[in-house]
Amino acid sequence: MSQWLSIAEIASKVQKGELKAVELVEQSLTAIAEKESFKAIIATTEERARARAVSIDASVASGKTVGKLAGVPFIAKDNFLVFGAETTAASNILKGFEAPYQGTAIEKLEAEGAICVAKANLDAFAHGGSTENSDFFTTKNPHDPTRVPGGSSGGSAAAMALELAPFALGTDTGGSIRQPASFTGVVGYKPTYGLVSRNGVVAMASSTDTIGPLARSVDDAALVLDVMAGKDTLDSTTIDRDATSYANLDTSLAGKKIGVIKEYMDEGIDEDVRKSVQQTIDKLEQAGAEIVPISLPSSPLALAVYYIVCPAEVSSNLSRYDGQRYAYSNPDAQNLEESFSKTRQIGFGKEAKRRIMIGTYVLSSGYYDAYYKKAQTVRTKLIQEFAEAFTQVDFLAGPVAPTPAFKIGQNSHDPLKMYLADTMTVAVSLVGVPAISVPTQSVGDLPVGVQLIAPQNKDRALLGLAKATEELV
Amino acid sequence: MSKLTREDVLKLARLSRLSLEPEEVDAFLDEISEVLGYVDQLKDVSTTGLRPTTQVTGLTNVMRDDSVIDYGVHHTDLLRLAPKSQDGHIKVKRMIG
Repeated sequence: MSQWLSIAEIASKVQKGELKAVELVEQSLTAIAEKESFKAIIATTEERARARAVSIDASVASGKTVGKLAGVPFIAKDNFLVFGAETTAASNILKGFEAPYQGTAIEKLEAEGAICVAKANLDAFAHGGSTENSDFFTTKNPHDPTRVPGGSSGGSAAAMALELAPFALGTDTGGSIRQPASFTGVVGYKPTYGLVSRNGVVAMASSTDTIGPLARSVDDAALVLDVMAGKDTLDSTTIDRDATSYANLDTSLAGKKIGVIKEYMDEGIDEDVRKSVQQTIDKLEQAGAEIVPISLPSSPLALAVYYIVCPAEVSSNLSRYDGQRYAYSNPDAQNLEESFSKTRQIGFGKEAKRRIMIGTYVLSSGYYDAYYKKAQTVRTKLIQEFAEAFTQVDFLAGPVAPTPAFKIGQNSHDPLKMYLADTMTVAVSLVGVPAISVPTQSVGDLPVGVQLIAPQNKDRALLGLAKATEELV
Repeated sequence: MSKLTREDVLKLARLSRLSLEPEEVDAFLDEISEVLGYVDQLKDVSTTGLRPTTQVTGLTNVMRDDSVIDYGVHHTDLLRLAPKSQDGHIKVKRMIG
């Protein structure tokens, strides 16, 4: 039994004056304090949250409409620029940085009455799949504190498993919402690329970065998505949405064709994970969906494409952290060159440096064509294969990750091994289609998620399928 | 592709404006070589007739009116963030001469 009502119910009760925003904020802050040992949270925005709650309750009392998320507390991954606390992206290079503006997604949520109460831990700059790359501390999986919560949105996912707030925000560039959602047993949604503005979110790989909700139910995630989605003049890669709410879901399965991705169910994935995912697929079939085997033959190449394209874009995006305009600046530098390089040497963690250097290599003169341009061309192959698959089926399905949550420290000494765990999430990111992780049968005590995928701009349909799946599991 | 050399790593560090400690160079050398060795498999993939994808939205020429919009963030808000500033400017180390 969750300590929170559904988001729609909370907002409705706050709007009617039956629930007070100030109490909801306290409920969240208390939960955060009680579960501190899991280290999901970097900082709270408690002062500002309390002030916003007072103002929301006052608006309600004076008869004003607050919004679809009236009084609903939420937690933002610490790569979202938010007022009321530092924005660090879990990196020492941004320690002390106070955002001068908030991201568009945050502004939209606040316009509907939602209240940010805290910033969640992540792998620094979202580089990672375990949250062990945070420059500050590792978050513990609420189901087993000796294990990782996944990453890079590990703090957000753990916060949902711990019920610290009704929803959290994450970012997914190669799987960073879906995989931690799978590892912690919550719903994690990656929208179609461009559906939610990236303005005001620390950039990682700009051609695949997406923003999405983590929550304890598909309905909750859908409502949050509905508030955040839409074209933004501040992000020219945003796409149009239609006027229908993303919370308006069709859960009927009759006539729906779901392609099970053969390459994702093959060897290399944990047998128990495969069984759990297959079980859910079987239930979907029994409930009326048509299950079709689908092959995406270029699947084994997706990881190589991703680990060229992503570091390349990271190396470009992280060049702005130069110690001149904001945040950490090395005080001992004797000249401009040292000011840049000492700042970055001390400020960046190992994984950031690794990715910057790999990116620099694949973009450098003499290597650009063989690596970056080649990778972007193989990316076209992946896009074509997904498009072809979607002429035969309405959705695709498979696991999210090859294993449940692994032990803290197990993969952290081996960067390539850590990257290999992303094998089933990166293709979706490169292609730009929406995908969701919905909890299925656990393996022992450890949660497992099933990944459901839809064509570009079919987010509403995907959420409908996800809700149907949730009801069956 | 042959394994990277220490010189390669130092060059990458210079290009990326990172001043690495000597011990770090060897660790990065191994790790980066391993990753590059893995991604090398793409060189054998046939991509004849395919063009590179640079963005997945299909959007082109996204324009807006050339008019100033006040978003409520002003240069004073931004200057406040600078490690060193003077007379309304961000102050940096000498660049020329």
